[in-house]
Order: sequence, then C-alpha cells, then structure tokens
Amino acid sequence: MTSTEYVRQQPTETEAPSPAPDPHKERAAVSRRGLLGAAGAGLAGLAAGAAGGFALGSAETTPSPQPAGTRTYPFYGEHQAGILTPVQDRLHFAAFDVITHSREELVQLLKDWTAAAARMTQGLGAGEVGPTSGPYAAPPDDTGEAIGLPAAGLTITFGFGPTLFRKQGKDRFGLADRQPDALHRLPHFPADKLDPQRSDGDLCVQACADDPQVAVHAVRNLARIAFGRASLRWSQLGFGRTSSTSTSQATSRNLMGFKDGTMNLKAEDPAAIDAHVWAPADADNKGRWLAGGSYLVVRRINMTVETWDRQPLSEQERVIGRTKAEGAPLSGGSEFSQPDFHLKGNDGEPLVATDAHVRLVHPSNNGGAKMLRRGYNFVDGSDGLGRLDAGLFFLAYVRDPRTQFIPIQMKLGLGDGLSEYVQHTGSALFAIPPGIAQGEHVGQALFS
Amino acid sequence: MIMSRLSRPAGEFAMPVRTLILASTCAVFGMPLLAGCTDNTTNTTDNSGSTASANPRALTVQATDSECKLSATSAPAGTVTFAVTNGGQKVTEFYLYAEDGKRIVGEVENIGPGITRELVMKVEPGSYLTACKPGMAGDGIRAPFSVSDSGEAQQGSAGSDAELVKQADENYREYVEDQTEHLVAMTATFVAAYKAGKDDEARALYPVARMHWERIETVAESFGDLDPKLDLREADLEPGQKWTGWHRLEKDLWPARAKNYEPLSKAERVAYSDDLVKNTASLHKRVPRLDFSADEIANGSRGLLDEVATGKVTGEEEYWSRTDLWDFQANIEGALVGFEGLRPLLRDRDPALESQITAKFATVLALLNAQREGDGFKTYDKLSKAEVKELSDAVNALSEPLSKLAAAVV
Repeated sequence: MTSTEYVRQQPTETEAPSPAPDPHKERAAVSRRGLLGAAGAGLAGLAAGAAGGFALGSAETTPSPQPAGTRTYPFYGEHQAGILTPVQDRLHFAAFDVITHSREELVQLLKDWTAAAARMTQGLGAGEVGPTSGPYAAPPDDTGEAIGLPAAGLTITFGFGPTLFRKQGKDRFGLADRQPDALHRLPHFPADKLDPQRSDGDLCVQACADDPQVAVHAVRNLARIAFGRASLRWSQLGFGRTSSTSTSQATSRNLMGFKDGTMNLKAEDPAAIDAHVWAPADADNKGRWLAGGSYLVVRRINMTVETWDRQPLSEQERVIGRTKAEGAPLSGGSEFSQPDFHLKGNDGEPLVATDAHVRLVHPSNNGGAKMLRRGYNFVDGSDGLGRLDAGLFFLAYVRDPRTQFIPIQMKLGLGDGLSEYVQHTGSALFAIPPGIAQGEHVGQALFS
Repeated sequence: MIMSRLSRPAGEFAMPVRTLILASTCAVFGMPLLAGCTDNTTNTTDNSGSTASANPRALTVQATDSECKLSATSAPAGTVTFAVTNGGQKVTEFYLYAEDGKRIVGEVENIGPGITRELVMKVEPGSYLTACKPGMAGDGIRAPFSVSDSGEAQQGSAGSDAELVKQADENYREYVEDQTEHLVAMTATFVAAYKAGKDDEARALYPVARMHWERIETVAESFGDLDPKLDLREADLEPGQKWTGWHRLEKDLWPARAKNYEPLSKAERVAYSDDLVKNTASLHKRVPRLDFSADEIANGSRGLLDEVATGKVTGEEEYWSRTDLWDFQANIEGALVGFEGLRPLLRDRDPALESQITAKFATVLALLNAQREGDGFKTYDKLSKAEVKELSDAVNALSEPLSKLAAAVV
C-alpha cells in the first residue's frame, strides 16, 4: 500500500460467511422482530441478528463475533463473486448502454472497471488517490460517500447483454460470432408490461453489500468511470434480500409477507450448483468464453401490495401454496418439507391448489429445473394514487435460461394465481462471464 | 460558477469544512481506531505511523504559529506531496519558493487551525525554500529544501509555462471583451425590433443575441448583482423579487406556454428594454478589469459545461422560446475557447488528456451540428428523448476529462 493510497478501512482477512443461525433451530424461537434483525435492518440490526444467531446456533463452531460490516469477499477467483456469496442485505443494480464505437475503448472500460471493483470490494476507494486527497484543483478520484465505511461484504458482478454482441443486426464490436445461442432478449411473456427504461442493456453491474451506501457508492463510481464510454441506462435499488444462497442464512420474506426462496439452490450443494448455475464449456461453440460463468435473468416485478393485503389469509396461503407463518407447504410438514401435490382435502381438491405458485415453479413440475435466486425487495416511492411502487427485483442465475427460466415464466404468465397481484415492469438477460484472475480484466476470454 | 478574482469557487470551501468537522470529532472523542477519523484527515501522512517514511515523496509539514517542521528537508524529483497540518491558532499558508526566495513554485493557502491540506506538485531537481506563513503575512518561517535528480522525466521549464499562462490570459480576456461588445450591439438591435413591435424580427434576434452572453456565461455570472437582473428565469424568482432581463422579454415574445398571459404594454416594453440595455452596458464597463489565471480559465470551461448539463440539456433555460440549443452551442464554444488557450500548456503536461478533451469537444459539436435548421437550430421540443440522451451522454463524456483540466495546468 503506498502512502497516498486511500483506505476506507483496513480490510480484514477474508473470512467465511459469518456463522449464522441454523434456520431450523432459529425458526422455532423467532418473533417478527428477531427475523427483522436477522435480515439486517442497518448495522445495528445486523449485529443484533448475528448475536442472536450465536446464542441459538452451535456454540462450539462459533468464532468470536465480528461486526458483519467488516466482512470482505475476494474479488478474484474461478467464478465472479456475488453469485454464490451469501446474499447481502442491499443491492444497487445498474444496466449500461455502451456509447463508444471503439472495441479498444470498451476493453479499456472493462479494465478500468475491474481495477476499481477490485479496490472497492476490499474497502478501498475507487481510485488510487482517494476522496480527499490528490491535487487540490482536481476533482477527487473517489466520490467520498463511503469514507469511514467498511467493505460491508461488497461484491461487484459484471455481465454482458445480448445487444453488446449485436444490435439491430449490427456486429458492434466484432463479437457477433461469440454471442451464445442462449443469450437473446427474453421473449414476451403473457401479461408483461415492460418499461423500456427499466429493461435491457449492453452491460450490467450488480453491487451487493450489507450497507446501502456502500452499494450505491460502487455503482456511482463505476458510472463515473464509464462516462464517454458507457452511459447508465437504468438502475434499481433493492433494500432487503428475498433469498438465501447459503444454508447459513435464514429464509427471508418478500413484500407479500411470505418466505421466499425456501427451495433456492444453496452454495453448500456444489453438485446442484454445477448442474444448474455454471455455464458449461461445451454448450455451443460461440459461448466457449462463458465456461464457468452463468446467465442472469433480471425481472422487475411490481406487486399490487395494497390489493394483496386485503386478501384473507386463506386466499394468500392458497395462492402461494405455503403457510404464511412458517412457509410449510399446505400439504403439511415444515418449511423444508417437500410438498405433496396429490394430497387432497375433504372437498376433493388438492391441498396445494392447482394454480398455487409453489406447484407451478416446483422442480418436479419443470423437468427438475432449479435456479439460484438472488432477488431483492424494492420500494421506489409511490405512484401518485396513494399506492407503493413496490415489489420484487427478481435476479436468478442459471446455466441456460432457455430451459430454466423461459418455460417456467411462460407457465406462470398463463396460470399462476399470483399473477393477479404482480406485474412484470422490467426485464433483462445478461451473460455473466467467469471469474477474474489477478492481472486480467472481466470478460477477458470474450475479447481474446 | 463564480470566476472573479476576489472569490474562489464555492466548491473549494466544501472540503475543509467537512474535514474540520471530522477532525474535531476525533479530537473530542479520542477514538483513533475509527476509520472515519484516521482516513479522512491524514491520507498521505501517518495514519499507520510509518507511511510517511516509506515514501520519500510524501512529506508532512507541522505548521504552528511559530514553527514550520517538515518531515524531511529533501525529496527525489517527481510528484511530491506536502501534507500541511496547521497546529497553530492562526490561519496559515505553505509555500515552496525557487532558490531566489521570490518565485513561487507551489503554494497552498487558507489552511485554518486544525486543518490538513495537501500541496501535490511535480518538482524538478534543485534548491528551494519552504515557508509557512502563520497569519498569512510577512516572509514566513523559511528553510532550505532540496530536490535530488531521480531520473524521471521533467516537465517544461517554469519560465516558459509562465509565458504560456500569460498568453492564455490575454487571449481569454480579449475573447470576453469581444463577446461583450457583440452582446451590447446585438442587444441594441434586438430591443429596437422589440420596442417597435416587430415581434417576428425580435424572435429571430433573441437567441442569436443571447449566444454572446452564453459564450461568456461563467464570467458574466461572476458579477453577482448584474446576473439576476439580466438572466433570471421566472422559476428562480424569490418572493417579492422583480423579474427583469432577457427571460422577461422571452415570455412576452413566446407566451404560448403561459396561462392567461397579459402581454406587456408598449411602455412596459420600453422600460424592460432600457433596463436590459443599461445593465448590459454596465457589464461591458466592468469586463476589461478582469484577468484570468490558468485555473480560472479551466474552471470557467468546466463551469460552462456544468451550465449545459443543468440548464440546457434539460430544456429549462429557454422555457418559453425553446431556443436552448443556441445556448448549448454557445456554452460549448465558450468552453472550447478557454480550452484552446490552455492547450499549449496541457500539451506539455498531459498529452493524453489534451487529445481526449479535443475528441470529446468534436463529438458534442458534431451532435449539435446535426440539429441545425436554417441559420439556427431545432427548437428543444423537436428533439426526441433519444436525441436528448445522446447529447447528455456527450456532455458527460466531455465534462469528466474537462474536470481534470484545472489541476493539469496549474
């Protein structure tokens, strides 16, 4: 570290995700308050949640508690961080249009982004000089709102949209022959009401952290670095995670008040991750560069929460197919029990309704397809009619969207009881290149 | 975007104030472990206690009301940082003088008590003098300082730089005076048509006359009393404030977007017109007394781009006439003139930045050219959303490197 290097906070040694409570054990004891703490309502909430976890969890494996905010994840590795990483509490997601016509400038942008991301994820400033240093007559090379904040588990994950390869039939950067067959704009799904200003993009940045200001700082500085080469197309804040990607995390709730992502893929199941998340080397000739990467499906799903909240508990549970309290399937058991879709009630109807969300998306009804979901709750103010502009910013990592997302969403658009209460207002698909080695830039294999 | 000789750009005050707050927080609570305290006040100094000695080009200066202690009395040539901490009660300054003790090589002014400010600069091998000036007066507390040859490439001699700065100042001053003269003449022509009730003619003259104002907008705005009288928009009026100037007449000529608009009487037209002429004449009288340093010219160029980004690309400036693109073009032209004057200086110091800024100016001007119609431009309401976005992207692309110009030429 040079003396002029700006340090937000000395990065701690990289650690495993902090030991969190065993969700099975925790569930029995928690109140709504406890859950909020575990989901992390600010740093204090996090600390409280973690402490609660230690008390409830297995003490013998628990190292001395460390503030969650000081956690750092390695930027370099086989896969990009921010996919299997235990889902952080906050999100700032951004999609960019590349505005330069020069391949060289595009590559330089990716190099600059890589360097800045490598720094910021370790709790350092975006540039080498720092937010309050350097020539007094020059603007600082970091915007400064993260001064004094730790890395907060920040991960920055980059992706490439279909239009980077080909836009209106035009091969923009000599990449058209490397556009994987699976990387095309998602089809129109029934009941889509997509806003072009919240959809698509040539590049994407997913910044996740346990502190919202850290995530926003990351996107803001990357957008600044991109000026003249890429322009911010749209961005989305997410304030609370709706999924867990690790068995160490409790299942969180979406804005419908139900547990979300109970059946999610978990990092602790590498065989399932290999089968459902990482793009294989031999998928197609054009996509060889993507080996070890993934596809990211992005959907901004608005919920008419006001209407939803007026539904009787029985209707809410019927639509989801699970109990609201525990998240157990209506066919019985507890949260992690498998639903029995055949079990009938005294009226002869299946306990898990035929249009229940859990039935339609269950792997057993979709050829075994699973996704690694990493979505966030959002509220973007209100709509002028006294209603919240709120919902789920759905993020899912898949090995192939053509088999794992598209057929399922087609089905949901047609027959899901939930579709009465949701509307898809944004959509995008990105190829997520594999991890980055020291000295390389993100997506290097695509350009070599 | 104030550019007068007397006042510094407001932004320069922002950081010290914040630093002061954080620094005092640390002092009061005595919690050196808090990252917020250590990393803010002393980036390059000694928050780990050892970095100052690790980098021979990072020096600290402990300035008090009676002392000026440097962490070293020499440094290798290259980019050297002096982190000056004012431990005294008086506001202080730090100078690096040439061997003769007269020529200023670098300076950092206005360091309030408790504040740390940095002087970052390229220095050539040779003998120098350092000085702290508690109370900002006198010769200060001086000591010899030497810079050894490190084999690094050096910039052009300071003597020729001074010549280039002088040239840039003269060119820019001439430009400002020339534009002001045109503004006076065109304003007279415009109000003549307007007073005579030749509204079509006045509407054609309005955006053209205003281009002379917009080209030197950051300079004109530095006259805090004249600017609101000449260029205030209705939306910016304070309660009770009388609305005069260009935009008052603009609304009268283009009332289509106004509700229940009461046109100005003939007498009112005369009164507002004469007021415009009088205030413009006052501007003209004051302008020749200005002169510009390199960073003022550079910050003026950046300021003009800021004007574009906040008022023109959004279509807010010319709300009634929708002639924003004339203003846009003029802001860019004015910024380009400032940049051109500094180019010889920049070429020596940062050729990559020079070519980057040059290319981005060309992109913006090409986009504007594509919106020309007849002798002028399309009105703002004829632009598609995509066209506005493209212009906005090009302005951002230019503004970002242009924001580095000032530091590169001082």
